[in-house]
Amino acid sequence: MTPLRSAGAPPASLDALRADLDAGLAEDARAWFTRALREAAAHPGTHGPISVWELRLAEAGRRCGSRHADAVRVLLLHAARADAAALTRVYYQGTADERRAVLHALPHLVPGPDALPLVEDALRTNDTRLVAAAVGPYAARHLDAHAWRHAVLKCLFTGVPVDAVARLADRARGDGELARMLTDYAAERTAAGRAVPEDLRHVLALTGAAPAPSSAPSSAPSPAADHGGTDHPHGKES
Amino acid sequence: MRIFDPHIHMTSRTTDDYEAMHAAGVRAVVEPAFWLGQPRTSPASFLDYFDALLGWEPFRAAQYGIAHHCTLALNPKEANDPRCTPVLDELPRYLVKDRVVAVGEIGYDAMTPAEDKAFAVQLQLAAEHGLPALVHTPHRDKLTGLRRTLDVVRESALPLDRVLVDHLNETTVKEAKDSGCWLGFSVYPDTKMDERRMVAILRAYGPERVLVNSAADWGRSDPLKTRKVADLMLTEGFTEDDVDQVLWRNPVAFYGLSGRLDLEVTAPDATHEGNSVLRGGE
Repeated sequence: MTPLRSAGAPPASLDALRADLDAGLAEDARAWFTRALREAAAHPGTHGPISVWELRLAEAGRRCGSRHADAVRVLLLHAARADAAALTRVYYQGTADERRAVLHALPHLVPGPDALPLVEDALRTNDTRLVAAAVGPYAARHLDAHAWRHAVLKCLFTGVPVDAVARLADRARGDGELARMLTDYAAERTAAGRAVPEDLRHVLALTGAAPAPSSAPSSAPSPAADHGGTDHPHGKES
Repeated sequence: MRIFDPHIHMTSRTTDDYEAMHAAGVRAVVEPAFWLGQPRTSPASFLDYFDALLGWEPFRAAQYGIAHHCTLALNPKEANDPRCTPVLDELPRYLVKDRVVAVGEIGYDAMTPAEDKAFAVQLQLAAEHGLPALVHTPHRDKLTGLRRTLDVVRESALPLDRVLVDHLNETTVKEAKDSGCWLGFSVYPDTKMDERRMVAILRAYGPERVLVNSAADWGRSDPLKTRKVADLMLTEGFTEDDVDQVLWRNPVAFYGLSGRLDLEVTAPDATHEGNSVLRGGE
């Protein structure tokens, strides 16, 4: 299965997603998906308070399986030619899974900055799946410098791999303010006796600034040091 | 041992609870929408709550390897507040969502006309959306409440074998079982049921269609009561298969009636190095 965004790679094309679904969906799921795409393109009628294609979007997980649901939803949104207004409605009325699909669909469907409030909303959450989806190509294209720097820091704080950040190298290059924020964050971690995340060093290097200090101070070990690693799934993560 | 807690209000619980539940064998939970302790004053606060049950809470649960589903409804107590009842008009767009596995908690609190109406409307919504229903039975005047509950279900479009009647005890179990509904028992530290009484009921009535839950919430309650019942069942001579039936297969069968149960837990990819539930440093 093609991930919607594999680490460090450009986002999968819609054609690639479609080919994967055609190969990976079980027969009944594929039949459902084919019909749902047709309905999305035709925009027929309503189902209670929502349109039929929005119902298909909502039920994609149970029809196609959770591992295919993101791709199915992105393609349904594309087939429905959802504009910024429709995407906004679907996002705010959606589950976390639907919201993630909307974020993945933005670069394919919205040419201008109209959908930026959705990205900003997702970046305010602590749901790392939403944060990772929010820092895709649409954010790279439209987030202003201040918001983009905070998005990068948010990834570092919440453990979202910075590989999820689209056009990271382009936007980080020569960004002295980002370098300062990263250096300050590294100093804060170091003062607490905690390890500096590898991703922080990576982004700092991309800015072209001098590297962060490489180790915690040699003074007495901090009680927090046990939790300073980033491989402890239930450890403090900040 | 694998445990499915079919009724627990995780929004009111801490991550320590999730950790302890996973260690005890809990791998799946259903969180019914209910009263928050503090009365709501508008439909909007229900909508934020429903969104949390379909967003943040499953994310939290997944961090601890637990599959999270929910049931949505206007609860019986707040069905009496006209400021809240407009949420009934918003329910249809929520009842189509993945991971909504029943309409609930519905039923009676004080057995008022307003509760009659909300109960009947929501049984109809369950039937229309292909969902079973989780029905709370009242704490006060319980046997009368059970009888009235069963009567209302019988008059509805939803068959009794798609209804889980919850908070049963020694005084209500027989009539509930005879009706053909699914039988829910909430095991509490002091009230409702305790482990010993639960095992006695299982011995008297058998494990068929019985679901045991902790109903843990913001009050005095224990999210590990499911495991404690399982342990006592084994001590008292029930087989591991009996335990698996009551604490896993029965809830899977009941909520599986929705066609929306997805027990595969995918820990969020993006947190392979960390855990944003633990504050994200903010």
